[in-house]
Amino acid sequence: MQLTLEFGGGLELLCDSKKIHDVNIELQNGEDKLTMKDLLSWVRTNLIKERPEMFMKGDTVRPGVLVLVNDCDWELSGQLDTSLEEKDVVVFISTLHGG
Amino acid sequence: MSASEILRELDSLKDAKAKIEHKISALEAQLKEINLRNDAAPPNGSSPSYPTNGLTQDMIHRYSRHLMLPSFGVQGQANLLKSSILVVGAGGLGAPALLYFAASGVGRLGIVDHDVVELNNMHRQVIHTEAYVGKPKVKSAAAACRSINSTIEVVEYEEALRTSNALEILSKYDIIVDATDNAPTRYLISDCCVVLGKPLVSGAALGLEGQLTVYNYNGGPCYRCLFPLPPPRTACQSCAEGGVLGVVPGIIGCLQALEAIKIAAAVGEPLSGRMLLLDALSGRIRIVKIRGRSVHCEACGENATFTQQKFREFDYEKFTETPLRVPPLKLNLLPSESRISTKEYSEIILKKEPHVLVDVRPAHHFKIVSLPKSLNIPLSTLEARLPEISSALKKEEEKDSGLVSGSGAQLYVVCRRGNDSQRAVQCLHKMGFTSAKDIVGGLESWAYNVDPKFPTY
Ligand SMILES: [Zn+2]
Repeated sequence: MQLTLEFGGGLELLCDSKKIHDVNIELQNGEDKLTMKDLLSWVRTNLIKERPEMFMKGDTVRPGVLVLVNDCDWELSGQLDTSLEEKDVVVFISTLHGG
Repeated sequence: MSASEILRELDSLKDAKAKIEHKISALEAQLKEINLRNDAAPPNGSSPSYPTNGLTQDMIHRYSRHLMLPSFGVQGQANLLKSSILVVGAGGLGAPALLYFAASGVGRLGIVDHDVVELNNMHRQVIHTEAYVGKPKVKSAAAACRSINSTIEVVEYEEALRTSNALEILSKYDIIVDATDNAPTRYLISDCCVVLGKPLVSGAALGLEGQLTVYNYNGGPCYRCLFPLPPPRTACQSCAEGGVLGVVPGIIGCLQALEAIKIAAAVGEPLSGRMLLLDALSGRIRIVKIRGRSVHCEACGENATFTQQKFREFDYEKFTETPLRVPPLKLNLLPSESRISTKEYSEIILKKEPHVLVDVRPAHHFKIVSLPKSLNIPLSTLEARLPEISSALKKEEEKDSGLVSGSGAQLYVVCRRGNDSQRAVQCLHKMGFTSAKDIVGGLESWAYNVDPKFPTY
């Protein structure tokens, strides 16, 4: 499944300072869909190069990270259970505090 | 007269000058209004009253470009003139927001800040001028607002916002603008707005990114609905640590002004339930849909019991594990025999004692300024580059053939403020460089205690 993943608000520093990642994720045997839960564990294994605790806590993102699926807060689509589709854009953004 | 006496005299003269100038502009405005009124009075003495919806002749002239806007108009301006807006933070976000609030005629404008203007603020905090370096930001910002528009009321709060003063200050305003720079204050302001039922225009900027949204507006979410749990402290970089391109908070601050003006004037559609994300480097702005008010929110949810009393007692520093007034982190990881002061290090240089100085700051920091003959090995690459340290030590020992055998060349580690250097020395000790020492307080201490001419950033 082809997805575009974007990291912002400093999270890009955890994956080689690259903000946009076009990825192709192979679905597990027998599965025909990919959930956000699956995607998070894929990202953690394949993209996060350092300090994974700055990205995840338990099986979800750490506090202070907004997750957007096609420009929409994942709270509105079922969080970890959100079903992803071909060409979806998923954004992970850390909230900023500076001013 | 000594230099310090002259400086003092200059300061007090400048202060007096600013006060006089403000007085002059206020009197001039007053005189103009009187003259206009007299001019307008018809010769026979009976003044006809023109229907102007409560706006004076001066107001109509000053705000004419607002009044001509069909979607803003007389009603929008009249609403704005009657409104009150509180800006918390007169920094990079607050600076442009305040300028536009004053210029556009917000009736009462409050400014909260406890800091003084510093030279390294000025690239982004465009409301302040060089004459105010070292003076309270509130004073500087208020003077700038008054010089733009002497007809509005500007209220100064030269203090940090705390649970003990927030309710009293915020309750006097219709709209609150969060232009602060740290997590605990952001939770504090949001909760206070929920308790008082005030809309909150929230902006943030760091590096080349910015974020903007309106909280607690018309049934929309509050800050806690979005972020029920605070982020780990290590995830909260400040502009002082991470850097920021001046114009980025400028853009977000202007957008905060826009949103607050829309709410005050009761026009348009505020950015509630949506968030604007600015990525300045790639030139992209995206506006995303965010969750609505959360029924489980501890501050504004259905069963929330967040009262004024609870707000006063809430410990925001403990909740976010971050002090409200962010002092630079001061680690103390090493025994005293593994540390030397900058003064001691300066003597080592003078005596030409054989040694290697490793600077563990990131390469882009090292490029700004560094100590002579230091070797830049960023902390994140230290373990992989140990051979470079070994060979530098060896070279140094060979250079000094008169060395008592076995004593070897010393290894010192420096960074910006003396935290990363301790982490590096800990790591070096583990990797066999048992005599490595850190320079206490880093380059900032060098500038402060050894050479005041050393540039700090
Ligand atoms: Zn809430």
